[in-house]
Amino acid sequence: MTAVLTVDLHVRRGAFHLQARLQAAAGETLALVGPNGSGKSTLLRALAGLQPATGTLTVDGADTNSLPAHERAVGWVPQEGALFPHLNARDNVAFGIGGRRGQRVARELLAELGLLELAERRPAQLSGGQAQKVALARALARRPRLLLLDEPLAALDVAARAEVRRALRARLSSYDGVTLLVTHDPVDILTLATRVVALENGSVVQDAPAGEVARAPRSPWLAELMGSNAFAGRLRGHAVLIEGGGSVTAAEVTGAPPDGVAALAVVPAHAVTVHREEPDSSARNTWPVVVRDLVATGGRVRLRCDGAPPVLAEVTPEAVADLRLADGAQVWASVKATEVTVVLL
Amino acid sequence: MATAGTVGIAFLVLPLLGLLVHAPWHRWPGLVTTPAARQALLLSVECSFGALGFAVVTGVPLAWLLARCDFPGKSLLRALVTVPLVLPPVVGGVALLLAFGNNGLIPLHLAYTTWGAIAAEAFVAMPFLVLAVEGALAGMDARFEDVAATLGAGPLATFRRVTLPLLAPGLAAGAALAWARALGEFGATITFAGNLPGSTQTLPLYIYLELQSDPDAAVALSLLLLAVSVLLLVALGRRRLLSGARVSAAVTPA
Repeated sequence: MTAVLTVDLHVRRGAFHLQARLQAAAGETLALVGPNGSGKSTLLRALAGLQPATGTLTVDGADTNSLPAHERAVGWVPQEGALFPHLNARDNVAFGIGGRRGQRVARELLAELGLLELAERRPAQLSGGQAQKVALARALARRPRLLLLDEPLAALDVAARAEVRRALRARLSSYDGVTLLVTHDPVDILTLATRVVALENGSVVQDAPAGEVARAPRSPWLAELMGSNAFAGRLRGHAVLIEGGGSVTAAEVTGAPPDGVAALAVVPAHAVTVHREEPDSSARNTWPVVVRDLVATGGRVRLRCDGAPPVLAEVTPEAVADLRLADGAQVWASVKATEVTVVLL
Repeated sequence: MATAGTVGIAFLVLPLLGLLVHAPWHRWPGLVTTPAARQALLLSVECSFGALGFAVVTGVPLAWLLARCDFPGKSLLRALVTVPLVLPPVVGGVALLLAFGNNGLIPLHLAYTTWGAIAAEAFVAMPFLVLAVEGALAGMDARFEDVAATLGAGPLATFRRVTLPLLAPGLAAGAALAWARALGEFGATITFAGNLPGSTQTLPLYIYLELQSDPDAAVALSLLLLAVSVLLLVALGRRRLLSGARVSAAVTPA
């Protein structure tokens, strides 16, 4: 593959140090994920030329890091879109081109997104979803080679989110540049991205297809994002001895890694079962925990439990009712060994 | 509390009432259109708009520096900008003499000229504009300017197409305050530019002189200035004026 985008950038801002290295080919959409403060927005700003960075950045083989923002072929959609409040939707989209051609391109893009009848409206008269789509059109108008989307769906309600996601999918599938999409939503990752780049503390901790990140996340934060537990520790046999106490045993460990290597035991939250009494286990992993909080997600309930190790479990509302689960409930967590995946670090 | 508040209101309102009660209403049109009054009025308009123009052209970039750039000594610079707000205008006039007078640091020979009157008014009025515009810039989402850059707009185009339009309400409020302050300027003007009819005798100076020879004319012209102030408040909307300019509470006596 020929890389459209090659990044090896360093940003130092006070005590924070971002070191990002990645490549992307034409048409790729990378989901940029990570905890707050991990450097996602800083990376986007560095790519756009809004944040000074050292190192190399090439777009289509051309050095771009030495160019000021206004000479880069980069489209940037900040959070909530940041449409110019003094211009109507069409003039926002036409801003980067200007003149008669700008107006024509703007009308075409707005028509494609089904927004032509809103062309005369000011941003204050647009819904959040409409504003995001206009901001996307504005960023695409100059046909950038690199498109940066900073949490484009975060501020939207559920219905608007689905609609904007559909529009994004349609636009991104026909876009031959590279897209970087900052998101906290696994659905975005699975539906929009070809690859996941995970940042933590300013470094890339994983760069892999979404399926691999879901199966074998390389950090506890990533595991939780994808609805899993990841217990960090050292391998002994088929077990991971967890830092901070406890252990989880897997049915098998691929390869024949030596004891003592650093590893993550990954357990999907839905594979964790909860019991009032200590179960006669056919499951190999059982330990006592205390329910800390309950959060409804869709038709399921997520339980955060303290224990050795602390665990995230996803159970049915019926189970919550039957087991009388509430904050502070003392219960047993159990996981079948066949549900445990060991990821070597 | 209520009593003290009532005294406060009375103290603020009674002088205005006095002006209205003592106004020579039937002679008003004649008093404000005498050749001398018209000359002072015309000069006031010229000088106040000249001062406003200078304040806008130099004050907006200064406000932009204060709001958008980081450099050593910035807080000192901001403090210096606000000095004319609290400085007695007479002291401002003396300072202008020593800076731009005939024997000043930079002898521009502005003293006792119309340009001197404009300079004196600009000196006291500019902080109102700078602080209002800086406040508006600080309250503006800097991402609009960042987005403009990613859309190919260079720094000047971004300022013209994004910053300035978004700044318009704050700039208008600051300009209104600065202009009103310039129009009423007395102390710095008389100290630096003198009191020469036709070239430096602006309306406030003329009113002060007339108070000794023809009090009715002074009152009539004072009413004129009061009417201009009221019109300004109404035109801009009191709330917008106050929210647009953080400095409105710090109006100093002329």
